Amino acid sequence: MKNQLRVDPTVCSGHGLCAELLPELITLDEWGYPIVADGPVPRSLDRHVRRAVTDCPVLALKLLPASRTAARP
Amino acid sequence: MSGITQSTALWYASRATGVVSLLLLTGVTLLGVLVNRQGRLPGLPRFVVTGLHRNLSLLAVAFVALHVLTAVFDPYVTIGLVAIVIPFTSPYKPLWLGVGAISLDLVVALIVTSLARARINRRFWRALHWLAYLAWGGAVLHSLTASTDLHRGILLYLLLACIAAVAGAVIWRISQAGRELPQEERAAATLDMMSPRGVRSPARRGPRETIR
Amino acid sequence: MTYGTTVPHPGQPGEPLDRPADSAALPRLLPAQGAVPVDLRTHLHRFGHLPYTGRAARLIPVLQAAGLTGRGGAAFPVHRKLAAVAQAGTRPVVIGNGAEGEPASEKDKSLLWISPHLILDGLQLAAEAVGSDAVGLYLSRHPRLLDKLHAAIAERAAAGVDRATVEIFDAPPRFLAGEESALASRVNGGPARPRFKPPMVFERGVAGRPTLVHNVETLAHLALIARFGPDWFRAAGTDDEPGSMLCTLHQPDGRRDVVETELGTPLRSLVTLDGHTQAVLSGGYHGAWLPAADAARMTLSNADLRPAGAFVGAGVLAALPADRCGIAEAARVARYLALESAGQCGPCFNGLPRIAAAMAEIASPRPDPRAVTDMIRWSGLVQGRGACHHPDGSVRFIRSALHVFQDEIILHGQGRCVDPARRPFLPLPADTALSAADWS
Repeated sequence: MKNQLRVDPTVCSGHGLCAELLPELITLDEWGYPIVADGPVPRSLDRHVRRAVTDCPVLALKLLPASRTAARP
Repeated sequence: MSGITQSTALWYASRATGVVSLLLLTGVTLLGVLVNRQGRLPGLPRFVVTGLHRNLSLLAVAFVALHVLTAVFDPYVTIGLVAIVIPFTSPYKPLWLGVGAISLDLVVALIVTSLARARINRRFWRALHWLAYLAWGGAVLHSLTASTDLHRGILLYLLLACIAAVAGAVIWRISQAGRELPQEERAAATLDMMSPRGVRSPARRGPRETIR
Repeated sequence: MTYGTTVPHPGQPGEPLDRPADSAALPRLLPAQGAVPVDLRTHLHRFGHLPYTGRAARLIPVLQAAGLTGRGGAAFPVHRKLAAVAQAGTRPVVIGNGAEGEPASEKDKSLLWISPHLILDGLQLAAEAVGSDAVGLYLSRHPRLLDKLHAAIAERAAAGVDRATVEIFDAPPRFLAGEESALASRVNGGPARPRFKPPMVFERGVAGRPTLVHNVETLAHLALIARFGPDWFRAAGTDDEPGSMLCTLHQPDGRRDVVETELGTPLRSLVTLDGHTQAVLSGGYHGAWLPAADAARMTLSNADLRPAGAFVGAGVLAALPADRCGIAEAARVARYLALESAGQCGPCFNGLPRIAAAMAEIASPRPDPRAVTDMIRWSGLVQGRGACHHPDGSVRFIRSALHVFQDEIILHGQGRCVDPARRPFLPLPADTALSAADWS
């Protein structure tokens, strides 16, 4: 199942590690907060994605199964 | 090798790995403060701070393990394996080795919970992680009392430097946290920060002119 | 067809009701004569007893046939929400949402004051439909309103009308207090701040249980559909957007009314759209502006409003007089929206205040031209990056203002303004949230 990368903005405090570890999918805005690319995560980046998720100091980065990120009611 | 020489080797090894453990634990504590304050080591990427914090803590565990095992297997003093984790059960210097055992227990708890961080409650992990200061303090107290090595000479200066560094880091952390805005004030503070006339473009702004 | 009533004051004399209860004509939610609160006896006399269906889920296909959508702003199909909660797990919770954090909207408070028993009926029926016995009502913190609802619930309990006990929860006066996850957070005893989703509130909400949240007006419609059926409901409105709804109307002369009207009603029969009006705001402060000339050709329907970038929402329609500065109004609202940020998400508490400051700049004489480009960049940066839709809705409002009031922007560039005195028109609360207590 394709996974999607999401950041919990209520927890994120802009450490910025994720953008260093996963520049293919994450860039920082002008305030230091991550902009995460939409869409399913490419398989080739699995290892880097897992590392970014684990290394976030506040665990704000989450890998969610695609079905959980469907449009909300 | 004769018994006495073997004992002496183990005794020296325990003292040496003890000193290294203290240095490593001090380094881990300092890096922990740096991670929390979103600080950086000059010239290095941000992920190095968290990576070093994690790797040094694992290295510290290894050195602490060597330190306690060499001490336990040194036949010159009787300590017993149980005393490694259960405090105050050592026949030799029960109080001060007990402090060391508490410190070790805390370090193990910190490591285990941190490895399982994604699976446990975030608030619980955070609350437990505060005990790192206690673990470090226990290590310092144990170092001072379990042997007289750190009472003079270069080792004394090393100990003082460790204490000064952590004390300084804690004071720095508290003063920074005191300047942090609570959530309900952030938007208003940002609004005040932006003057109504002369909205500046980002090129002319400093890298961190934001409220956190 | 429209029925109007001014925002009610207690004690106004009423007149006897002489229409059959199941008449498809309006008004449906509000009484036929006057804004007199309907007590339990009158309510039961007019509508008959609460039609419990006897089994969970039986009401859901009825609601599907009726095509009832949420009246809290999102217009999500009610039957789907009920089905989702019923299937989400055990021991669901049902909460009626009457917080109405939108300053320009008064319809929920009016309905709670005038027809509380319809709402409370709907709450019981929704609870039965999802198999819940944990029911709550989430209200804004007006002492008289709270007292009234406490009394109504006690009266129903004494008369044995309600099967589930209804607990009342009060909301802080925040714009975001009525957001579903903020509601769940508040009911859980914490501050009324939105949460990151997933998990959705219908999966894990109050006390970690599946929680059904419905706007109080939606519950009132539900209570009537359960009595009179889907065909009755569809006798008003359009095929795609059936039924009636409550609207809060702001006329250019300053009059404010809460009315019940059919979906598909022409906007010009709701608000004054002659030369006195320059633009209409539809959908509240997360809605969008429409030029008066365009609005005069549209009806109260998403079919007309969505293509124009607006939507029906919770039925707020504000007609801005021609002699007011639309940009100044938008700047006032932008400032309010920025200060109502929960302060949790970096993009929101950094972006919205900057956007508000830029709007204030544009509303001034001879503004710095970079304000517009900065604002466009910041608007792009905040969208979709909060835990809730506050940044998105605020950007929608502000973007539509920049579009509709273009001429005003040009005037400001020349150092002129249609209203140099910048008299305020849209309603905004005076207080801002400054401490943790303001969110609890």
